[in-house]
Amino acid sequence: MPENCIYIARSSAIAARALAGEMMIMNSANSTFFTLNEVATTIFQAADGRTPLREIVRDKICGQFEVDLDEAQADAEQFVAELSGHGILIVSNQPLAAEAP
Amino acid sequence: MAAARKVACVEIGGIPIALSTCDERFLDLLRQRYDGFLSSSRPEFELEFDLTDTGPVSDDDVRVRCEGDAEDNKKDWLIERGDFCARWDPRTGRGSVRQNANPYSLDSVLRILHSLILAERGGFLLHAASAICDGRAYLFSGVSGAGKTTMTRLAPAGITLLTDEISYLRPNAGGYAAFGTPFAGELAKAGENCTAPVSALFFLEQGPENRVDELTSAEAVRRLMRNILFFAEDHGLVEKLLATACDFVAKVPIRRLTFYPDARVWDLVRNFDRNFDRNFARNSEGVPEHA
Repeated sequence: MPENCIYIARSSAIAARALAGEMMIMNSANSTFFTLNEVATTIFQAADGRTPLREIVRDKICGQFEVDLDEAQADAEQFVAELSGHGILIVSNQPLAAEAP
Repeated sequence: MAAARKVACVEIGGIPIALSTCDERFLDLLRQRYDGFLSSSRPEFELEFDLTDTGPVSDDDVRVRCEGDAEDNKKDWLIERGDFCARWDPRTGRGSVRQNANPYSLDSVLRILHSLILAERGGFLLHAASAICDGRAYLFSGVSGAGKTTMTRLAPAGITLLTDEISYLRPNAGGYAAFGTPFAGELAKAGENCTAPVSALFFLEQGPENRVDELTSAEAVRRLMRNILFFAEDHGLVEKLLATACDFVAKVPIRRLTFYPDARVWDLVRNFDRNFDRNFARNSEGVPEHA
């Protein structure tokens, strides 16, 4: 396994609904509310705990949006760190059990 | 021997709740505060009040959480703030409150209880003024200072005020209905105890002119969620609330209303429904189809 491999899963403590291309997310632990743009929504929806983040970025982001892989990876890692800090995503360097709500 | 409890049944949003106390003066306070919302309906829920020497009305954050096994739905709600402590069992519909004899704690407990009941029933409390004009309800939401009370003060004769602070919304056939509430803001005046189908929700901003602008559905949900009164730390209810907010946005026209604070803004509000009818098709159930 590559040293920098990151796996992400959606927390079970959130409610999420897609609307007009944006993802609406509410954290039930503290009632904070977030909306994700199209790129962030793509990453969030692909966060199954089994697919490495780099693979998500390569297949889902670079495949769908015209963006450089390394640049997209850096942006994705920053986004994942932010959502992890808010309890919306779970991050690990090993595959995770499905946490999807 | 325990003193006999006296009961006042208060019906807000069509949901009668029996409020009981042994204290005659507190009963008088209840009856005065909710005059216009007293009901002889059979109560759906019961709350027993016991007066204690809790602290004064507190600005502490309220804590609303489940006790027991949420998976089996065997749980009491615990509602706590510095000035009150309440416990409510949704299975029996009964609960108890310990607070001192001030009306603000009483209002808070009732608002939280209604927010829990409504979340299960697809409704919600919204930080918004609301009023009935020509048989339709209009909602005006926004942060403090955005103009909710101003809109109610500017309302012309013939407008029925439902609230200048906390709007009460429940789903009805094909859309949503707004109900009057006794929860007053700066106006310090309870709303009328009546209901009407919701025609539109406006998010208020004050500006140099009166104008109505479209909002995307995502922006509408974002603004709506920011203004819904909801306190519970409960995953199931949060999921229902988010689903309700999306449903509301799909069924009710939601716009940004920039207004200059004089009475002409109400002409714009009154004409909105007329223009909406002309510009947007309604389905067979009379539900506005979102733009």
